[in-house]
Amino acid sequence: MSATSTGPTGWKRALGLVPFAAFFFLPLYAMADFSTRTIQGLGRTLNGWRNLIADPQIYAAILTSLGLAALTVTLMLMLLVPTMIWVRLRAPWATRIIEFLCLLPLTIPALVIVVGMRDVYLWVVWIFGESALTLSFVYTILVLPYAYRAIDGALSSIDVKTLSEAARSLGAGWGTTIARIVVPNIWSGILSAAFISIAVVLGEYTIASLAGYQNLQVVIVTIGKADGMTAVAASLATLLFGFVLLLTLSVLTRGRSQTLTPEPLDGSHS
Amino acid sequence: MNQRNGVSVELTNLTRVYGTMKALDGMTLHMEPGEMVALLGPSGCGKTTALRILAGLDEPTSGSVSVDGQDLTQVPANKRDMGMVFQAYSLFPHLTVRDNVAFGLKLRGVDTAARRARADDMLDLVGLAVHADKFAHQLSGGQQQRVALARALAIEPSVLLLDEPLSALDAKVRVQLRDEIRRVQTEVGTTTLFVTHDQEEALAVADRVGVMSQGKLEQLASPEVLYAEPATPFVAEFVGLNNRVPTTVNDGVAMVFGVPLAALPGSNAQGVAMVRPETVQVIADSAGAARIASVAFLGPISRVHVTQPDGSIVIAQLASSLARQFRAGDAVRLGVDSAPVLVV
Repeated sequence: MSATSTGPTGWKRALGLVPFAAFFFLPLYAMADFSTRTIQGLGRTLNGWRNLIADPQIYAAILTSLGLAALTVTLMLMLLVPTMIWVRLRAPWATRIIEFLCLLPLTIPALVIVVGMRDVYLWVVWIFGESALTLSFVYTILVLPYAYRAIDGALSSIDVKTLSEAARSLGAGWGTTIARIVVPNIWSGILSAAFISIAVVLGEYTIASLAGYQNLQVVIVTIGKADGMTAVAASLATLLFGFVLLLTLSVLTRGRSQTLTPEPLDGSHS
Repeated sequence: MNQRNGVSVELTNLTRVYGTMKALDGMTLHMEPGEMVALLGPSGCGKTTALRILAGLDEPTSGSVSVDGQDLTQVPANKRDMGMVFQAYSLFPHLTVRDNVAFGLKLRGVDTAARRARADDMLDLVGLAVHADKFAHQLSGGQQQRVALARALAIEPSVLLLDEPLSALDAKVRVQLRDEIRRVQTEVGTTTLFVTHDQEEALAVADRVGVMSQGKLEQLASPEVLYAEPATPFVAEFVGLNNRVPTTVNDGVAMVFGVPLAALPGSNAQGVAMVRPETVQVIADSAGAARIASVAFLGPISRVHVTQPDGSIVIAQLASSLARQFRAGDAVRLGVDSAPVLVV
């Protein structure tokens, strides 16, 4: 056992973390407590949690939100990854423009986005039908700032140009170069972008509500007016799912960074 | 390992313009099969641009690239069958050393067993077989460049391109790897273009050296000829050390330190003769008009700085055993070996 883990510094650090842990976990505990109460306040019940699957409205909303998350991540990756790689390789002059465009959604209120997108969505609905899943188009724009930062960070950590040229000189076409060389080396950034996008989509309420679609957050608010336990159970489930995603991301990216991080060696060690 | 006969390479009248800057200005270069040519020149002279155009990583504004008579000017990089080692470390970080070397073979559909055997052969060739299962970050810079060389050679390229592969390494490793590159190239017989700004590197490894300046090939010759018979003032000044001794040329003969020397073609009628320090003789003579200014000991050789009556300094490179007799202030006279000089 190391001295660090048993020394006073370790204990002080652990004690210092207690208020923060309480700040985060007490509300979660309260949610768990509330979601398992009976209406009369006597005893415990898992009805609220069972309703997540048993209640067709909630179940449909969960499926809609998960579908939206999957579609949003797919669209975002298809749009952003090739564009950012291409800009790095062939159009570095466009870097600032792409960065500006990607960060723009942060500065525009959701209400303005909904109003601004109304005319565009007339076409979207005409082409794809009136489905809540069409929200994935506007969500793709909404997650761009977070996804851009994650992927940009990963691309900055490798020499994309040299690696691509090396792959091409060995006989790889552009598709192979991107799929087999660039993407595996920015995988942690892609995972970050995907998971953060999922978290954003699962927590999105304003746009769906204003646009009149029933995603999980909208249904939680609606149900909360009549059945608080089920609404809180759904909220807690969403939060826990987000935590699991972020923990998974942390574990996966730590594993990869241990593989990819160079040791500080110079040319003299051959 | 399979020996492969080299191919001939022809760069014809290559021009590359970036905006208003001409990186290449009508460069023409012919490489013989199996030959190693080094392109040497200062930063921005166009040597890397020429190599990248040959690799297909850049496009010429005009001119053509052909290999064994086949025009490759419009052929993309991945179809050119050329191996390349880059200045920056270029091993794929997510692959092991063996997988890096086998990458090009995998793209060519070589089966797993043959791929592995070939990769191990190549790693053996560069002395890194024991590191086959490591990742790039577990290797030193010199080892990474050797793996990059093995990876480039594994696909049995028609042409090997080396873009300043040693410039990121320290001096000792650079010399070791330089010699290793030459050994491997001689062994596999691949036609090789080696770009460098280090003249010692170029002179040491190449069959012929091309000196470039402002997008043009000033001279392409064997290291010996390039050093002894520079074709242009730029080559004379860029390659090696020179003394600039004022002289005039009469009937193809230039007088240097009172010694008649043949003037090389391209010499001016009047100007300065470019005299190599190792051709300068320093003779102890109490009646001599020149004086020893200083003697710099460099191990087996010494550089003797001599002040002439007009105040100009001439540098002579002598064996240290000869230079030992001189002290600052000694009276001497200068002579020169009977070798042709360029007067510029």
